[in-house]
Parts: sequence; C-alpha cells; structure tokens
Amino acid sequence: MIRKLSAIVLALVLLAHLAPLAQPAMAQDDLPPAPYAYRQLDDPAQEAKAQALMETLRCLKCQSQSIADSDASMAGDMRSEVRQRIAAGESPEAIRRWLMDRYGDYVSYKPEVSETTWPLFAGPLILLLIAAAVLWRRLGGKRG
Amino acid sequence: MIAELGLAALWLAAALAVLQLVFGTIFTFKSAEKAEFSQIVRPAAAMQGVLCALSFLILTWLFARTDLSVKLVAMNSHSMKPMIFKIAGTWGNHEGSMLLWVTVMAMAGALIALIERRLPERTMMATLAAQAFVGLGFYAFLLFSSNPFERLDPPALEGMGLNPLLQDIGLAFHPPTLYFGYVGLSVAFSFAVGALLTRQVTPDFARAMRPWVLGAWIFLTVGITAGSYWAYYELGWGGWWFWDPVENASLMPWLAATALLHSVSVLAARDALRAWTIMLGVVAFSMSMVGTFLVRSGILTSVHAFAVDPERGSFLLALLAIYIGGALLVFAVRAGSVTEGERFSLVSREGALVVNNVMLSAILGVVLLGTLYPLLTEAFDVRVSVGPPYFNPVSAIFALPMLLVMAVGPLLRWRHDNAKRIRPELILIAVLGLVTLAGVVAFAGIAVLPTLGIALAVVVIVASVMPLRGRKLRLLPLATWGMVIAHLGIGVSLLGMASETAFTQEKLAAVKVGDTTQVGPWTIKLDRIDPVAGPNWTALEGVLEASYRGGKPVIIDPQSRNFWSPPQETNESALITRWNGQLYAVLGREAGEGRWQLRLWWKPLVTLIWIGGMMVALGGALALIGRVYTDLRRRRVMRKAVERRSEASA
Amino acid sequence: MKHWRYFLPLAVFVAFIGVAAWQLTRPRDDFVHSAMIGKEVPAFDLPSAVGDRPGLSTANLKDGKPKLLNIWASWCIPCAAEAPQLARLQEAGATIVGVAIRDRPEDVAAFLDRYGNPYARIGRDDLSKVQLSIGSSGVPETFVVDGNGVIRYQHIGDVRPEDVKLLLSKLEEAKR
Repeated sequence: MIRKLSAIVLALVLLAHLAPLAQPAMAQDDLPPAPYAYRQLDDPAQEAKAQALMETLRCLKCQSQSIADSDASMAGDMRSEVRQRIAAGESPEAIRRWLMDRYGDYVSYKPEVSETTWPLFAGPLILLLIAAAVLWRRLGGKRG
Repeated sequence: MIAELGLAALWLAAALAVLQLVFGTIFTFKSAEKAEFSQIVRPAAAMQGVLCALSFLILTWLFARTDLSVKLVAMNSHSMKPMIFKIAGTWGNHEGSMLLWVTVMAMAGALIALIERRLPERTMMATLAAQAFVGLGFYAFLLFSSNPFERLDPPALEGMGLNPLLQDIGLAFHPPTLYFGYVGLSVAFSFAVGALLTRQVTPDFARAMRPWVLGAWIFLTVGITAGSYWAYYELGWGGWWFWDPVENASLMPWLAATALLHSVSVLAARDALRAWTIMLGVVAFSMSMVGTFLVRSGILTSVHAFAVDPERGSFLLALLAIYIGGALLVFAVRAGSVTEGERFSLVSREGALVVNNVMLSAILGVVLLGTLYPLLTEAFDVRVSVGPPYFNPVSAIFALPMLLVMAVGPLLRWRHDNAKRIRPELILIAVLGLVTLAGVVAFAGIAVLPTLGIALAVVVIVASVMPLRGRKLRLLPLATWGMVIAHLGIGVSLLGMASETAFTQEKLAAVKVGDTTQVGPWTIKLDRIDPVAGPNWTALEGVLEASYRGGKPVIIDPQSRNFWSPPQETNESALITRWNGQLYAVLGREAGEGRWQLRLWWKPLVTLIWIGGMMVALGGALALIGRVYTDLRRRRVMRKAVERRSEASA
Repeated sequence: MKHWRYFLPLAVFVAFIGVAAWQLTRPRDDFVHSAMIGKEVPAFDLPSAVGDRPGLSTANLKDGKPKLLNIWASWCIPCAAEAPQLARLQEAGATIVGVAIRDRPEDVAAFLDRYGNPYARIGRDDLSKVQLSIGSSGVPETFVVDGNGVIRYQHIGDVRPEDVKLLLSKLEEAKR
C-alpha cells in the first residue's frame, strides 16, 4: 500500500525512477486491527466528525498520506484512537491538540498560526495585496 | 557496436548544440557583420533533432532486443518481459528518461528551425541559441554522469528488471506525457528569452509561441487528469487529490502554463501584456524544473521512497540555477525596456484575462509556498505538514473570484466594452448562481467550500456555452469551440469535485459470506470469497453482488493481493460506473468469525472530475488545431500575395 | 531605466536556490521526534506481554530509578538487530523495561528465547496506546525516563554499538 503510493506518486513526475518498489518489505505485524480501525462509529454525525479529523492527520509511518488513507497498522491504531475519543465526546480540535503535544506540528496537515507557521498565512495575505495592487494599477488607476 | 553508434550520435548532437549556441549568440548581437551565421544555425538545429532521434531509437532497439551487454538494459530489463514493456522500459529509468527528454527537446528545436518564419531573424537566432543552451545542460548530464549506452563487460546472463509490479501501462506512459508538457514549456521559455534579448515582444512572437504553450498545456492537463484517476483507483481509499508534494510539482507548471496561455492570447490579439507574458514564459518552465528537482532530489518526500542520488539532485539544482537564474536576471535588466503595449479598460476581454492571470499566479504562489514551506522550516530543524486543510481554503480565496471572472470574460469584447451590453446574460448568471446557492444551502446542508463549488460550477457550465449564443455554429472558429469546451470542462470538473466532497457516502463493514450491507443507494451482498492466482501473486477475490436501488445486481470482484517478489500486499479496487456516480469497493482483511472487511463508497458524480479534465484537454486540442490551421492558411495567402506582387511588377 | 520590482522574482528564486542547496548538502533527518521530551509519561497500565515478566505501568516508572523504556516488537527486524546492544546496556547496569507493540505472547517468548531477554518488565500494547501517548512513531525506539517518570531523551531506530555509551551517559544524567 505504502509502496504503491510511492510508485504512483513517482510516476506522476518525469524522470521517474523505479527503485522504491525494489525496497525490502517492512515487516508488519499480523495482529487483528484495532477495534475502530476499520469500523465506523454508529452515530453518523460523530463518524463524520472523526472522518474529517482523520483526513487531516498525518500517518507517521507513511511518506505522505493521512491516517484516513493508509493501511499501515499504526494508522489503523490512530484511527481507532480518534474514533474512540470522538465517541467519548472529545472535540476534534482537542484530539488534534493531544496528538500535536506528542508529535509536534508534523502530525497535523492543518497548520495553525503560530511562531513557526505564520509565513504560511502572511504569504497569501501579501499575495492578495499584490494582486489587488496589480489589478488596481492595471485596471482601476489608468483607464485607457 | 550499435550502442556505440547511439553514443556517437549523442556526442555529435551535443557538438551541434554547441555550434547552434555559439553561432546563434554571435548572430543575435552582431547580426550586421555575421549575417551568414544564421545559415548555419537552422541546419544545426535540424540535424541535432535527427541525431537525437537516432540515438533514442538505438536505445529503444537495444531494449527491444534485450542487449544485455548494455548496462542500462541489464539493470532495467529482462528477456521475458512482454515487448510493450521492454520498449516502455527504455524511458522507465533515469538515463533513458533523460535521453527521451533531450530527444523531444531537440526535435522541437528542429521543428522550430524548419518551419518558423514569422519572427525577425535575430529573435529566431536568439531563441535557437537559448534552446541549445538549455539542451546543453541536459547533454552534459547525460554524457558525463548518466551515459545510457555504457557497456557491461562481461555481458549479464539475464536482466534484473522483471518486476511485474512495474509492468503497468499507466506507469509506462504517464511520465512521457508530462515530459512532452515540460519540453513544450522549455520551447516557450526559449522564445521568451530570445524575445527578451532582442526586445522584440510582438504579436507575431506570441503567435509563434502559442502552439507550443497550448501543446504543453494539453499534455500537462492529460497527465494530471490521468494521474489523478490512476491514484484514485490504485490507492484503494477513494481519494483523487492529496496535495502531495509530487502532485503539486505537476500542478504548478500547469497553473503557470494556464496563465501563460491566456496572456499569450492577449499579446497575440491585442499587443498588450508584453513583459508579463515574458515573465510567465520563464516562470512556467522554471516550475517544471523546480518540480522535477523537488521530486528527484528527494528533498521533500521521504528519502525512503525514492532512490535519491544526491549527485543528480545537485546537478538539477545547478541547471535550475543557471537557466532560471540567468533568465530572471536578463528579465530584471531588460523588462523595464519592454513597453507594456496597448492599454485597455477594466471592462474588456483583456481586463478579465488580467484578473484571471493575476489570480492564477496567486494560486501558483500559494501552492508553491505550501509545498516549499516544510523545506524552509526543516532548515531550522522544525517539521511541519501542510495539507488539504491549508491548500483547499487558501487557494479557494483566489480560485472562486477567478472562476466568476472566467464565466463572464468570454462574453466581453476586446479593448473596451460596456457591462450594459451583456446585462441580460449577467442577470441570468447571477440569478442562476444565487438560486443554486440557496437550493444547496436549504436542502443539502453541506460544508461551505462544496456549496460554493456547486453554485459556481453551475454558473461556469451555463456561462461557458453563452459565447455560442446567436452565432452560426458551423462558422465558429475552431479556437472558439476550444475555449468553450475547455471552460465547460472546468465547470464540469468542479461540479464533480464539489459533489464528491459533499455527497460521498462511506461504509466500512465486516460481513459474512451471504450477508448484505448498504452504502448510499446500493445494496451489496458478499457472495463468496475465491482464492485466485496470478503470475507472481495470489489473491483473495471477493465476489460481490451490487444492486442499485433494488435493481438488477451487478457482479464486481475486488481483490486483496499478496505479491511474493517483492513481498507486498495490495488491494485491487473494483468500480461500478453509472451516469450519476461510482461505486467503489475494496476487500480488506479477514475480520474473524468468518467475516471480511469491506470498504465501500458511493461517490455521486465523481467521474465528472476526470471527464471535465479530458474536456479541458480536448478544448486545448481544438484550439491548437484551429490556431495552426489559421496560421498555415495565413501563410499561404501571404505567399500568394507576394507571388502576385512579383508577377505584377514583372 | 531599471525597476526594482523586476528584480523581485530573481530575489525569490535566489532564496529558493539557497535553501535548496543548504538542504541538499546536509544529512536529512527523517525521524519524527517526540514532543514529549521533558514531560511526564502519561498514565498507563499495561498487562504482561510474556509469562515470566510482569506488566508495566506508570507507577513502575516513578520508583526513583532512571530507566530505559524500549518500544519494540517481535515482528520488527531492527529490534532483533539491537538485541546485543540492549544486553550490553543491561550488563552495564541499566534497567530496561519494554513495551511490546501489537504482539502475541508466544511470539514475544520465542523472540526472547532467541535473542535474549534484557527486560525487567514487558507491557503489552496491542493498540499502540502507550506508543501514541509518548509520541513514538515506530519500532524500535528507546526512551530515557528518569526516576520521576519524566522523559529525558529519545533514541529513534535500533540501538547501534556506538549508541550504547551515549544512552548510558543519558541515564547517568537522568539520575540528577
């Protein structure tokens, strides 16, 4: 699964080199998956919340997938953890915070404004200003 | 012997590129004294194309014959492979793909040298010199660090490349599709640099450049669309776009090429946006190079996935720095002296295209920032992830207004227009948009972005066919048809994306044989689980009976495959496509007590995403055919006029 | 006439090349480091993973003595590779407690028979709960936990012979 993604991802770009598939396989355990790894919550509203959250959490063992898109057993354990916490009434943002306290910003695909990430938000703002200025100069200022 | 012939052809081609660069440059700056130099450059470019093609054909021949005395073949091929994959294996490796790149580029150069006669000779020579300059970097890369024709002594007994996992038709033809796109953008880049050097940024220049931009854009569109669908059915989780760095690497050149395509049209039709078009020409190619570098150097994606060669990464970075840095420097020094060209008012076709261009560039900026930001923080040993929750809303800030303008723009006239003239259309569009918006808000209750997406998609779809109103369809230029279909495709694709995001229904179930489960309007029964065996895998195949709203059941059979060499587990999804969506089924592991994991999705209108994408590409193709046809006809008319004049004077 | 704004794209590009070149020249750190260093181990209580060793709970970690907390599994190949180093650590006086991730008792027992058993206690973590709670993202990982149950250091990947000294000195530091 993981290696398959890398195959696809790499073919998406030219100069594709096919080595990742030749990698030795990582050992995986064969224990049954965690209770809620492949099972939805009974309450559709809760499940929707959990799903939305899982899509924004990074699978730490994969190279670039959310835990909602991965068959890695750790991703399954994280899904189960998320679903159980949602079912227990915890809010998605609290769960995200809990994980970020453990793994840092890396675990969340949803950057928040902070010391380390403010340029991500300042950038588009500046782009917006530049866009407005360019349009104003080109179109608004000098009518011709 | 034959491999040496291929290498010799490559060296000769590189020598011709040097010739082309030197003589082209001298002519550009001293055209008065060295007029005869232009007689050398064109044949050099043409010959270079022939030699590269010969070299590539020889490599293909070596692969087809599985010549194991060639190292590259021994490393990457196998005598037992089916012929199609032997041939595709030619470019399925680093060296071969570089040779393909160089070959396509040299052939494009040859084509320009042979047929392009519109431009002033100085611009032409400068363009060919720039083309040779870009080419030389890749020749150097090939000849000095990745010679595809290297011999193996003694020859291998058998090749090492019989991994059936890699024998995938998508994997074989996807990379070259993007190549053609990137090479097309390199030609546009050479044109831009050429025009910048001679300061002759004219409508003729735009017309010469346009087919290359269009062609590149079509390939990129097809590449991204196909790649997205491929990821969708291969990955087994129903996702079709992940904002993965590698996906972004292919999206960024597309965004730049889209902007370039539109600004080049303004330049061709109205002689405006000169410096801006040049800038985009440089940016579009630099985005292909940056994307290639990011993925190949392994600087962003995990090193565990890519066989990363730091030497190659450094080489690409050096090429990037020389080409793009050089071009941007020339731009910085020269652009001030390229006048902006004709003026126009806010309410005009150009006005709309400028908005579109600025917004596309802003989206490009957002994607670039989001993709590169983790790289920047890693320099300070901080790791962050930037994903869909960032890219979706932030790019939407720019995309939504852009799409609105895209709906209205084609209704406007060039240079100056009056909004009153198209008031009925505007009212219709506004009412339609608001009614859809209200309807979706009232009845669907979905997230903000998909709601806006659906309303906007309806607006775009209706508005994009409006330019056809009151026109004789038979007489409509092909290029206009192209624009209409491409814009329509954007609307269709947007509708698919919004619908998939908002209305997908997911069901994860553990079912026993004979049990049924529901997902959306579908009832699915697990009929049986069959063991099946393939050439290098065994699989469990779930035979499912799926019936839509109690209708006649359709059999689908998703598989859970176990490969043994290399050992690996994959899920082969099974799909049922209906006009209104797709059922997506995956067989997971055994869940104990005779039950099996099933992952099922009902994705309403999801196929519109890729149908829309292909419509965009089709629109591009129509426009390309239309433009080239018009150009050829104009050239014929001009030639006749010249003949008549000379007859008259005689 | 020169316009400064025409130099902007070049400036952005030069900055990109700078960062990219800097990143290319230095070794890449692909590990996800735990953000729990300096924090207390969250409360947990794991049952025993194998017959002759007791399970592991937070209380065991707070007995005043610094320990090595080894996250491992019998199905993980690098875990077998680090076994001799763990044995050396144990000989040197380190107390090692283990958390077996997603493992069966019989597999754990077979692994210990074959590669030796340096563990004072082994907890059984079938849902990676403890692993998640201390910010570990793979097996094997080795944490230095001081006598108050505070995480002081994280070693990612298998313990190589050259890492033994460092881990012992980290343990020594944790005593203070």
